[in-house]
Amino acid sequence: MDFFDNHKNLFGAAFLLFLILTVFVALIPAVNNDKNNAPLPGQQALSDDAMAGKAIFVANGCVACHTQQVRNVDMDKKWGKRPSIAADYAVNKRTDLWRNTATLMGTERTGPDLTAVGTRQPSKEWNLVHLFNPRIVVKESIMPAYSWLFETKKEPSKQDVVVSVPAQYLDQEGSVVATKEALQLVAYLQSLVQTELPDGVAGRFLYKKEVKNNPESSNADNDAGLDGSALYATHCQACHQQNGEGLKGAFPPLKGSPVVLNENPELMLTIIMNGYDAREEFGVMPAVGKNAGLKPEEIAAIMNHERTSWGNSARKVSVSEVKKLMEAIQQLPNQ
Amino acid sequence: MNSKIKIPKSGLLTAAGLLLVTEAYPQQIASEKLILGFASLVVLSIAICVLLLAVLTKQIVKQFGKAQKQKEPKDFLIYLDNLTSDQIGLFLKNKENKKSLVPTDKTLLNILLLIFCLQQTSSFAQAPARSVPLLGHTGIIITIILIGIPVTGGIFLLFFKILSAIKRYRNMQHMSEAQQLAAYLKKVESEALERDLKRRKTQLDFQLTNNELAGSRLAEDERGLLNNVVHEAALTFVARKKNSQLRPKVDSELTRLILWYIGCATFWLVFGTTVGEYIGIKFVAPDSDHISWLSFGRLRPVHTNAVFWGWASLAMLGLGHYVVPRVSNVKLFSTNLGWYSLIFINAAVFFGTICLMSGINNGGGEYREYIWPVMLLFGIGLALTLYNFLKTIASRTTKEIYISNWYIVASIIFGITITVVAYLPFWQNGLGETIIQGYYMHQGVGMWFMLFTLGIVYYFLPQQLNKPIYSYSLGILAFWTQILFYTTIGTHHFVFSSIPWWLQTVAIVGSVGMVIPVVAGTTNFLMTFKGAWFKINDSYTLPFFLTGIVFYFTGSLQGTAEAFRSTNLLWHFTDFTVAHSHLTMYGIICFFVWAAIYALLPRLTGIEPPHTTVGAHFWLALIGLLFYTIPLMYGSTLRGLMWMEGKPFIDSVIFMAPFWLWRAIGGSLMWLSHLFFAYNIYKMLVSSGVIDIRQTAFEVLAHEDTIH
Repeated sequence: MDFFDNHKNLFGAAFLLFLILTVFVALIPAVNNDKNNAPLPGQQALSDDAMAGKAIFVANGCVACHTQQVRNVDMDKKWGKRPSIAADYAVNKRTDLWRNTATLMGTERTGPDLTAVGTRQPSKEWNLVHLFNPRIVVKESIMPAYSWLFETKKEPSKQDVVVSVPAQYLDQEGSVVATKEALQLVAYLQSLVQTELPDGVAGRFLYKKEVKNNPESSNADNDAGLDGSALYATHCQACHQQNGEGLKGAFPPLKGSPVVLNENPELMLTIIMNGYDAREEFGVMPAVGKNAGLKPEEIAAIMNHERTSWGNSARKVSVSEVKKLMEAIQQLPNQ
Repeated sequence: MNSKIKIPKSGLLTAAGLLLVTEAYPQQIASEKLILGFASLVVLSIAICVLLLAVLTKQIVKQFGKAQKQKEPKDFLIYLDNLTSDQIGLFLKNKENKKSLVPTDKTLLNILLLIFCLQQTSSFAQAPARSVPLLGHTGIIITIILIGIPVTGGIFLLFFKILSAIKRYRNMQHMSEAQQLAAYLKKVESEALERDLKRRKTQLDFQLTNNELAGSRLAEDERGLLNNVVHEAALTFVARKKNSQLRPKVDSELTRLILWYIGCATFWLVFGTTVGEYIGIKFVAPDSDHISWLSFGRLRPVHTNAVFWGWASLAMLGLGHYVVPRVSNVKLFSTNLGWYSLIFINAAVFFGTICLMSGINNGGGEYREYIWPVMLLFGIGLALTLYNFLKTIASRTTKEIYISNWYIVASIIFGITITVVAYLPFWQNGLGETIIQGYYMHQGVGMWFMLFTLGIVYYFLPQQLNKPIYSYSLGILAFWTQILFYTTIGTHHFVFSSIPWWLQTVAIVGSVGMVIPVVAGTTNFLMTFKGAWFKINDSYTLPFFLTGIVFYFTGSLQGTAEAFRSTNLLWHFTDFTVAHSHLTMYGIICFFVWAAIYALLPRLTGIEPPHTTVGAHFWLALIGLLFYTIPLMYGSTLRGLMWMEGKPFIDSVIFMAPFWLWRAIGGSLMWLSHLFFAYNIYKMLVSSGVIDIRQTAFEVLAHEDTIH
């Protein structure tokens, strides 16, 4: 065609087509999204520390392995109570003159999603140890060790936050002390929570897994065929470890623990549901059961796994027993 | 014969059956079937051996019976037919000499051997009776197979031993008969026979002179069609490839510029993939260092940006500086602009790398990690090039604009557009950032790298095949459909996210539409190859082109397959995406760019790369890429399934470990291939320094001529 023998026509036409498509698939949707979007009423603004922590999160490229989006599909349910919505990201504005907005949705989930990590793993002690070297608490982790966010001091002062690191992870004598940056990064991670939707409705998850109704297991009053060790791995193992021995100075052992072995499971259940912070020498335990919305069947499976593993041999609890106790516990105030 | 054909067929059927069975039933049944198939195969082959032996034995017995009978003269007459000239000569000489020959007696046959053989036969006849216990335990299966292999091997060895024993025995029989014949020949007296044989010998001795048609004059190559005649032919260790054809010298200014582009690009390739190799190793050895500047999160964008903007972009631009003026049939508008552009882009990658390693990045969007002052340098570089190319095309002496320039110039325009859209802040609050991110990163890949590279292929592929592109129209169809569909597919990286549902759907539809330009482009390239496939054998550039075309088709269509909602469930967030981006950015872009560099550089410098190391580069890159991507895709698929089943997350991390190891192995091979590439570039840039005797001799002659 003669029209395209003129370079101005040819490249003008190509540019115009590309520009029009760009406007319609990128610019207009982006601007629209910005206009019709606002943070949820209950959403907490980031504290100064958390803000600084977010900058550290961005600087170290954490988004390369960690997403911050709960997709509206069933398999993402474990990362949050509800699917992420546009409003969750509305607070993100341009960082500063030099740097763009950091929405940090991510495209790669080499490590876990962090949308609600503040709820799932709020323990400061755990996060600090994990940052110093993830393999202290999660043996198989391949996350980099951020030990440069810590310093070793012979005699830490009273204000210093000392991290209890096992000896084999130390290069030199002394106590490991978290720097300001480490604490800010943890503050950011702790701030990552999902805001409740105002009317209390939860979002819909698509592609639900078909739950086969097995009459045998629903009638039988045991753990409903759930895999206790898998649930333990998801919810408990990061602190209490696979061998149930915990970590000295950070997380108590479950192996041989009087609470776990107790004939009466009430205290154990209360701790799982509401968390625990009664012992100075150990870190704070979050309200794992409540945060993850665990069902009585799942709790029973976890409890029975803990009560019968690593040499523990307490009696198994039944689902109905757990159900009854849970109703009673719900009357109690939160930890 | 029949049974021989049946074996592989039934084997195939069993294999297919096995596959079906493995899917439907637990492993045990599958392994039992495997054992059964294996055992029946062994039994069948042993049966065939026995059958063959029986036939042979029967023949021997017959022969033995014949040998016992006394030979009569008429029995030997058949041997006098069809004698060769030499045999007749010997016979006649013997008759003339009348010398006597004394036959030496030899023991006829070694009965013992046969008995020994028979004993062996009977012993192996028991072998098939070995019953196979059909136990499902892996250990037992392995043991049985381990025992079975040497036993079967032994049986076959025995079979061949028996065969050779039989052969030896038969030869002994033949020997004795031959001696009898010789004795007969010595004795026979017949004038007529001798006369006949003499005549026969002259007939047989007749020969053509071989120049009945050509005459006796030497052939002459008046037009100099014969070239590169190799006189000392030897066995070649690697395939012999043709040297590139000499071309009229390119403007030396432009040559220097292009060589610098390619040289810088090669540096960034080696640098970027060294970083990539290191972060690949970090998946296997996360505690290899604890230095902030070398931590995974910081190095990952260093790797991607260095190979994107440093390696691929500079290499493409360098090639573009050759193609654009060449197909416009004019000189480049300004080499100076080319130099500025080179400096700006190099500066961008250098400062960008430093920034990223020191922890300064733009906010985590992929390939958008350079902060705007750094990316501005890159943008200026592109803008200068665009101006330069447009001015060159404006002064072209051809009427049409060749399709290469469509692709190349359009890709630069789009490259600048997406950079501007991605770095302006006005539409990037909240989710706007993510929408722009999806648009930007995918347009970067498809509208900048892919379009530019296609432009390069549209020039160099026909040139290397020495024939025009198959269809100009298909190229144009691919051009417009690529713009139409590719522009819309960005958000398929955020399917199921909080981005508007309709936008996700548009992206998925656009991804399907991409089938049109991809199939059009692939068809066009392959049809250009048609009738010239034989050229691949002796070309060192065409294998790169062909690999690029294959990955262009498979890699791009894989992108379409990944975009669907159902596949997103399975593959999104896993390393499948990483495998895909390497299949495409490496398999397509790098292979095409390498092909073009190997096609161009010998023409610019007049120096051939060592063909052996080009081959090493090709094979290491290809095998490395396959080692990298296939295990990663396999592992990621299963990881996705584990996530869908709700397995604990850490289990899926543990599960991936072997696949990450494979990735590191494949990555190492790829990295090694880049060292070979760098070496080849060096060899093409720098003459060896060794004095060429012939060339120097002629230079001396020329020098003397000018003196006299």
